[in-house]
Amino acid sequence: MSTTTHREETTDLLRFATVGSVDDGKSTLIGRLLVDTKQLFDDQLDAVAEASVRRGTGEVDLSFVTDGLRAEREQGITIDVAYRYAATPSRKFVIADCPGHVQYTRNMATGASTADLALVVIDAQSGMKEQTRRHCCIAALLGVSEFIVCVNKMDLIDWDAKRFDAVEADVRDLAAALGVQRVTVVPVSALLGDNVVEHGSASPWYRGPTVLGALELAKAGDWTGDDGTTTRLPVQWVIRQVGERRSYAGMVAGAPLVAGQRVLVLPLGKETTVTEVSTYDGPLDVAAPGISVSVDLEHDFDVTRGDMIADVVNPPTVTSAIEATVCWFGAQPLKVGDRIRLKHTTHSTPARVTAIESVLKIDTLSLAPKEELEENEIGVVHLATATPLVVDDYSKNRITGSFVLIDEKDHTTLAAGLVGLPQILPQG
Amino acid sequence: MPSPNEETTARDTTARGHKAFNHLDLLESQAIFIMREVAAECERPVLLFSGGKDSAVLLHLAVKAFRPAGFPFPVMHVDTGHNFPEVLSFIDETITSLGERLIVAKVQDSIDKGRVADPGENGSRNRLQTTTLLDAITEHKFDAAFGGARRDEDKARAKERVLSFRDAFGQWEPRKQRPELWHLYQGKVLPGEHLRAFPLSDWTELDIWQYIAREKIALPSIYYAHERDVVERDGMLLAVSQFVHPQDGEAVQRLSVRFRTVGDATLTGAVRSTAATVEEVVDEVAGARVSERGATRGDDKFSETAMEDRKREGYF
Repeated sequence: MSTTTHREETTDLLRFATVGSVDDGKSTLIGRLLVDTKQLFDDQLDAVAEASVRRGTGEVDLSFVTDGLRAEREQGITIDVAYRYAATPSRKFVIADCPGHVQYTRNMATGASTADLALVVIDAQSGMKEQTRRHCCIAALLGVSEFIVCVNKMDLIDWDAKRFDAVEADVRDLAAALGVQRVTVVPVSALLGDNVVEHGSASPWYRGPTVLGALELAKAGDWTGDDGTTTRLPVQWVIRQVGERRSYAGMVAGAPLVAGQRVLVLPLGKETTVTEVSTYDGPLDVAAPGISVSVDLEHDFDVTRGDMIADVVNPPTVTSAIEATVCWFGAQPLKVGDRIRLKHTTHSTPARVTAIESVLKIDTLSLAPKEELEENEIGVVHLATATPLVVDDYSKNRITGSFVLIDEKDHTTLAAGLVGLPQILPQG
Repeated sequence: MPSPNEETTARDTTARGHKAFNHLDLLESQAIFIMREVAAECERPVLLFSGGKDSAVLLHLAVKAFRPAGFPFPVMHVDTGHNFPEVLSFIDETITSLGERLIVAKVQDSIDKGRVADPGENGSRNRLQTTTLLDAITEHKFDAAFGGARRDEDKARAKERVLSFRDAFGQWEPRKQRPELWHLYQGKVLPGEHLRAFPLSDWTELDIWQYIAREKIALPSIYYAHERDVVERDGMLLAVSQFVHPQDGEAVQRLSVRFRTVGDATLTGAVRSTAATVEEVVDEVAGARVSERGATRGDDKFSETAMEDRKREGYF
């Protein structure tokens, strides 16, 4: 806990997710990071030590800091994402500790969808596995733009610098292929703590930052923040003000919303002016992306939930047919002709699969023709919707470019969808 | 995001201007977004209000999300019958001044109907609340219940989705949680199933107190330091009351204490404290070495996975 800055309301926040294969040490690394930065309360630390003794794991099992479920501790694996919060004097962190098993890919995608950075963990003994590639690939697809790669269990290979260099070369190749530009690679022992918070003495040949140092140096920013589009406001809720007046509530995306801005109401296609931007606390001149506001419009159009208010300059696309990259989580394969519910921003509509073009091959990062998408496969599909969508490409805007596909019968979420082709592939 | 030349500390909510947004603004906006999304997607939501600090924040956020209109859901208090009088009067005053509808679901009624066994006058009614809550959800056909739970409270809560699915028996199945991507919260359930909605998921105890200080949110007086007769039991300081009597060998001490959480009076411990103002509490929380539930909640001490086990049954 930082005791020097708590009176101030820190603005700098970094969201990151752990990424990598099962048993490479993701949860242990997060446990080590939280313990060594003194984020844990005394009673929580005692409880982890007690549980380690009870389950006979020998030393204190740091993975128990985040693996809090009974089944996780019994099996020694992570099943679902654990969210932890940490603060150092320089910034706040929201940590999503994700599972590594392929069968829990949906949970990993849940954790990574709101992350700005991936903490990739690789076992130095085995190097990169297919599952490491899959996770890195999903993280990059979801828009994570920075990797901190921890080559873990270095103590088990006597801190062999040559081995580290080989793993580093592999992971840098992959990151380059995925279009991830900022990459830091750190040799660590999550178990012993070397190079996690303190450098330690085991790897004098390593001159880079510790994991914590790299996290503090990483580019901050909220995933809902400034993106590659102009202002978007998906209408979430209509607030009836006193008298006849109506305001439209929602969260700003893309670029700041400004009082007096000329906007389009979509899919209606009518142009008007934002006469007021406000919150319960009063009017604002400017509202940043990520802020929930309500707006008043000059004209009294019929605006409802699911509509979008957008800047007249470079507005989003209105369409009932999209090409999208889909990460499929359903146990049954996705097929052409399947009917499914699609939720995009605040708008839900029935949709149909009109074509399945290809599947993404994880080993070669290339698209191959395929007619169905199986569980945990990523593919390019065409969807037709019953009511029009107001979309941007996911590469331009993570809010207006994302959607989920939902089972119409039991309402389970079956897929993560990104408008447009996978951005990790060579373009053009 | 705020640019460096903008004022980052002053907060004048009435002035128009290029206000910088800090992490509390983002947490507030996120919570308001979640509340509006649930109100829009679900047929019959309800807001659970215990009179504790987290639910007081939740109610404050509901005001920000829906005023000047009324809330699009009622407020419900699950009453164990083992209350601190300060909390009961706080609940009544708060709901009356808001002019919203309050439903009270009483554990005593569940006992009288034979739905649960009476643990006796001094026994905890904490776990019994689950039956009362699930019965009320069934009776009123609620399909979503807002709660003030936070992920930093407990290792099982750290695993839970913002919109957390409950099956037709009210149970949480941690191995079968729905994927929850981006801000695309999915509020539809089949008849008999419901969701628990946690708009404060990403808030920490310190965030809550900083927000209470900033927004000047009223709380029951027991959250601030006061003199009180307590006995030490199982490492906790329990307030002497009609529900907690000193047992053999327990000495009654008069100490300056406050409560970090508010729950069933037979289980909720006080902490030694001289923090009498909200600013002093913020300082105290920032320097705390023991977690909120570790310091004050007997119900989490029964086993390694006490919270997970209760949540599986349908607890808050």
